[in-house]
Amino acid sequence: MINRIKIGMASCGVAAGANEVKDKIAEVAPEEEIVEVGCIGHCYAEPIVEIETDEGSIFFQDVEPDEDFINRMLELEDFSRFTPNPEREKWEKKFVTELSGKIDPVSLEEYRDRGGYQGLEKALEMAPEEVVEEVKTSYLRGRGGGGFPTGMKWSFLAAKEEEDKVIICNADEGDPGAFMDRTVMESIPHQMLEGMLIGAHATGANRLFIYCRAEYPLAVRNLNTAISQIEEAGLNRIGGKDLKITVKEGAGAFVCGEETALIHSLEGKRGTPRYRPPYPTDKGYKGRPSMINNVETFTNVPLIIRLGGEEYARVGTENSTGTKLFALAGDLEYSGLVEVPMGVSIGDVIYGIGGAEEGSIKAVQIGGPSGGCIPEEYFDTPIDYDSLNELGAIMGSGGLIAISKGRCMVETARYFLDFTAKESCGKCTFCRIGTKRMLETLERVTGGEGTVEDVELLSELGPKIINGSLCGLGQTAPNPVLTTLKYFKNEYLDHVEDKHCPALECDALVEVEIDNEVCIECGQCIKNCPVDVISDDFVIDNEGCTRCNSCIEVCPVDAISRVRKGGKVNVAN
Amino acid sequence: MPDLATLGQEKSNLIKALQEQQREEGYISDQAIKNISREFDMAPVEVEGVVSFYTQFKRIKPGKYKIQVCDGTACHIKGSKLVLNWAQDHLGIAEGETDEEGLFSLDAVACLGCCSLAPVISINGKVYGDLTRKKLLKILKDYRAREEDE
Repeated sequence: MINRIKIGMASCGVAAGANEVKDKIAEVAPEEEIVEVGCIGHCYAEPIVEIETDEGSIFFQDVEPDEDFINRMLELEDFSRFTPNPEREKWEKKFVTELSGKIDPVSLEEYRDRGGYQGLEKALEMAPEEVVEEVKTSYLRGRGGGGFPTGMKWSFLAAKEEEDKVIICNADEGDPGAFMDRTVMESIPHQMLEGMLIGAHATGANRLFIYCRAEYPLAVRNLNTAISQIEEAGLNRIGGKDLKITVKEGAGAFVCGEETALIHSLEGKRGTPRYRPPYPTDKGYKGRPSMINNVETFTNVPLIIRLGGEEYARVGTENSTGTKLFALAGDLEYSGLVEVPMGVSIGDVIYGIGGAEEGSIKAVQIGGPSGGCIPEEYFDTPIDYDSLNELGAIMGSGGLIAISKGRCMVETARYFLDFTAKESCGKCTFCRIGTKRMLETLERVTGGEGTVEDVELLSELGPKIINGSLCGLGQTAPNPVLTTLKYFKNEYLDHVEDKHCPALECDALVEVEIDNEVCIECGQCIKNCPVDVISDDFVIDNEGCTRCNSCIEVCPVDAISRVRKGGKVNVAN
Repeated sequence: MPDLATLGQEKSNLIKALQEQQREEGYISDQAIKNISREFDMAPVEVEGVVSFYTQFKRIKPGKYKIQVCDGTACHIKGSKLVLNWAQDHLGIAEGETDEEGLFSLDAVACLGCCSLAPVISINGKVYGDLTRKKLLKILKDYRAREEDE
């Protein structure tokens, strides 16, 4: 018997067509109860439907909004069944996101049935300083990337004697390739809010803000619904006062992830950072002492209070306790959101959980545009704050992108620099102009006009930008370049000395060629070429070719490929 | 229209006011800057400064169909640069522009957050994933055909 049907309706599911599936199920089987749940972390298999029966749950993947498909599914036929990659179970630990994808995100009742708000209740029975102490004992470190001990931050705000104190949740997840915070807010908004309320009790804050990316409409909606439920249930009554919780939507500026820039943005101004001190805990939002923690950090807090700091600290490693969420993407079989205990190795995540083909990955990019590329030889490095810092990368907020051997590392570095150069707020000269110069230099290299001096210039500029910038954006912007220079210098040298892109990715250094021995002269390439540069006897005029890859995509016999510019001559050598 | 007079009493509402204005009109017009600066008691240049700082705010009227090409990391390594080129070639406009009929506008954005479907675009919020050139052109042609039918 079917008890109820759950559909994963976080952004990935919706993008893959979960809405259409939901509507179709409602049409085919109007009698069934359909529950919209959050993310279970297996984006590659979306849309995912879970059918709860008396004998347990059955999962279906890649569900199609098709009557026949839905009927077979409701008959519980054995097809399109979803079974998680067994390797993944070996490494993953659902700890913070245990409820994600299991409960209706905007049902206070369901959250409470699963132990929700017990942490808050327990915290309210404790003295504020005991709560701070518990967080210190857990040794939770900021999940936004910096890794600053959370308990310490809380104690700074708690020590302030001002009457008005502010807690801000940083949900401005601007890193391209990162979607951990979005998933948490969409799937378990109550758990994050519970963490914030515990923080308010511990520090005496009386005003709570969530600064959320405007690009996350579903997260904003779920948070606002959860907040009104909290207000209705009176859960925001702390220290005899009803605390106000407000979601503020950002307007798209990566630098607003930096604390002082975020505060300026909250105040309605341009989001430029300022010199610290004074630190936000001394002078923050509208001059009031303010404390900023990230989404994932707050979401950990209810567990710490419920389990006790000591028990919590058993998970992970000594200096990096707990788990970390990663948004896993790139050249992998199984992309998605994963939660692993700190200390698991990079290789276990990429190969074990991600299912990448053994030996196919040459680097991982960790920590987004502020992070770095870590090469294959370090894949046994444990994922914890300190080990990653040693390699020149950072934990960052949790984007983890696998880069296969077919990708160009210079182009990867150029991509990140392009991002940071655009996002630099312009306040510090070294960041504003330095990143621009670095980008131009990288463009020369990928454009086939670079010299060995250019490569040296990059190594020289990097540390100067780091030292000459006020905030985290400039201080980390050169990381992608410096780490690729450190670990993949040969690729840079190939570009400048031999005018060769080993991955055949940089357009200026490749040509497109038809292998006339393989070609069956079907004419598909000629038909699809947007610039008409393929002749009737199947030769490509590379002068006019825009390297759009259309012909390669449509060729039925794979006769067309990218080759090294002037490749034939060199290969013969 | 957003209630600028009320919002304007509190300066920290400036971004919110701009967001509501853009939701209404699709972009921030010169007139909107004037109105907002009056209600917020700020110089127009200060408002313009905030507008230009944030990528969300548009000063050009967008097309009926707003195409966002995701250039997040996952999409980038799966060829979003090509996707953008294909769209530009097909529509005859560059990134950040709106076509002459006001039907399509094209933007590259940082991350739409559905990395497993890379490369992706979104059109008025609807996401299309696993794009190839063929698939992309079909999507664009379908939109145009639907428009002509109406």
